[in-house]
Amino acid sequence: MAFFRAENISISFGGLKALNGVSFDVRKGEIFSVIGPNGAGKTTIFNCINRFYDLDEGAFVLEDHVISKIKPHEVAEMGIARTFQNIELFKNTTVLDNLILGRHRRRRSNVFTEILFSRSVQKQELESREKAEEIIDFLDLEAYREQRVINLPYGVQKTVELGRALAMDPKLLLLDEPSSGLNVEETEDLSFWMSDIKEELGITILLVEHNMRFVQQASDRILALDFGEIITQGNPKDVLNHPEVMKAYLGEEDVFTQS
Amino acid sequence: MKTDYNEDIRLFKYRSTFFWYLALVIGCLILPLLLDEYLISQLTFICMYAVAAVGLMLLTGYTGQISIGHAAFFAIGSYTSAILTAKGVPFILALPAAGILAGFVGVIIGRPILHLTGLYLAIATMGFAFIVDEILVRWESLTQGNMGFYVDPPSIGPFIIDTELRYYYLTLVVLILTLFAARNILRSPTGRAMIAIRDSEVAAEAMGINLAKFKTIAFAVSAFFAGVAGSLYAHKLFFINPESYTILLSIELLAMIIIGGLGSLHGAVFGAVFFIFLPQVIIMTKDYMPVYIQNQTGLEPALFGLLIVLVMLFEPMGIYGRWLKTKFYFEMFPLYKKDSFKREKKYQKAERH
Repeated sequence: MAFFRAENISISFGGLKALNGVSFDVRKGEIFSVIGPNGAGKTTIFNCINRFYDLDEGAFVLEDHVISKIKPHEVAEMGIARTFQNIELFKNTTVLDNLILGRHRRRRSNVFTEILFSRSVQKQELESREKAEEIIDFLDLEAYREQRVINLPYGVQKTVELGRALAMDPKLLLLDEPSSGLNVEETEDLSFWMSDIKEELGITILLVEHNMRFVQQASDRILALDFGEIITQGNPKDVLNHPEVMKAYLGEEDVFTQS
Repeated sequence: MKTDYNEDIRLFKYRSTFFWYLALVIGCLILPLLLDEYLISQLTFICMYAVAAVGLMLLTGYTGQISIGHAAFFAIGSYTSAILTAKGVPFILALPAAGILAGFVGVIIGRPILHLTGLYLAIATMGFAFIVDEILVRWESLTQGNMGFYVDPPSIGPFIIDTELRYYYLTLVVLILTLFAARNILRSPTGRAMIAIRDSEVAAEAMGINLAKFKTIAFAVSAFFAGVAGSLYAHKLFFINPESYTILLSIELLAMIIIGGLGSLHGAVFGAVFFIFLPQVIIMTKDYMPVYIQNQTGLEPALFGLLIVLVMLFEPMGIYGRWLKTKFYFEMFPLYKKDSFKREKKYQKAERH
């Protein structure tokens, strides 16, 4: 049975069908990638999962729970974490605070116990702090722990964002173009971390990506989209060599010969 | 070198910080013994406004929600406390009640309007302040309308707080408690959620932060402190009427936290000091100015306004920003470089902007 399922999802913005009857399954513990040219509707899928947009039709199902009717913040409570294409960190705080913010869904205190900073709040803070340290250790962020995010280089910011998502202890991790803007070395680090996340932490990953080499290395299965419709899905080799996929990325062959 | 996570959740990062604050508190306790009654009352006003400014700082400086309706919460606090004590409720209960009622009104008002952002929210809060003002004027059976309301000096048990000095100590204690509470909120999940909302609403939501809930909490806590400050204000002046709570008060509070430095509790206090103390300094230095300047009409407000403009021009991070730089200068001496605080912006702007 599928771990996460998109059932016939559709959404349109005005006259534009951004997603049109898209269905796919993600199995537990796999890395599932969504590829497609610009405007194919990849990030729209993420924004629909996060409930930033309302689906017109269809539903998302996580372990038998329909999650396409709940409130945006409840998506995180269901165990879905994400990163953003253009980094969305809490810029004016430290790396540590950003990571601890990932623990928000585990919050047991309320504003009254917090005003007194009671024993239970202190205990909770220490737990969050410990978890954040695990993430720091996992992603080699030791050098940046106390630094404000705004002062960090782009690649490190990307890593912090990944760390923040991991701090949430998610079941499903949505990564929106994690390798964009990274140099070769950073991209390699990222693929190691992704396989560690999959194998050691057992987190299922849904990936949107443009870097084809990275996709091929990282993914277990791939879905190719164009103009909001599925071209094909399956194992990486077949999908990347599919003629329609090539066409979507490179255009019609004869277009080149004619011009 | 840190060796324990407990060190990260301490109120004071270093032991030396604790001693500096202790010295500051002792200074605040001794200072009024050297001053005359008038200056002590100015110190009282500083503490009082600082309480309200800390409240507004939580909302505007930390949660990123602008309010120009805080005079209304201030007024609600004043009137609640005045009416309750007139009916025989002890001050020690009326003070928190003033804050709680203001906070409660904050929840009711905040919930529907807090999905507005930026200036739109500011205008909505201003509208709310107009409504409260109108109620205070019209509900004569309760507030005595424009006639105003006489307030008794507060007493705690048999102890009557009837001198300037005693009242100063009262407001100082309230300010210290306020700062403690605010600091505790800020180092807990709620405070972090507030900062998250300020920095990125989408990311905050994706982290599982309920935007409506935490914005409302911020609004309520902020209103609570404004209400407490309002109560202190009423019992200081012994007479209140709706004219004391105009939009000018709201804007002054907002100016305090911006001049003090948005996003720091120090800033809220610095801003209150700047606003109350500076006009006094201007008056005091007036005697040393050339005669033709001394006799200009409207000299004090003009100089005060000019100083505000200068602070904004040369220190956009507010007085707290200047404080940090000065501290840094001495810590780093003689290695301080002029550009240490210049922010590199190369990663911030995407290529499309």
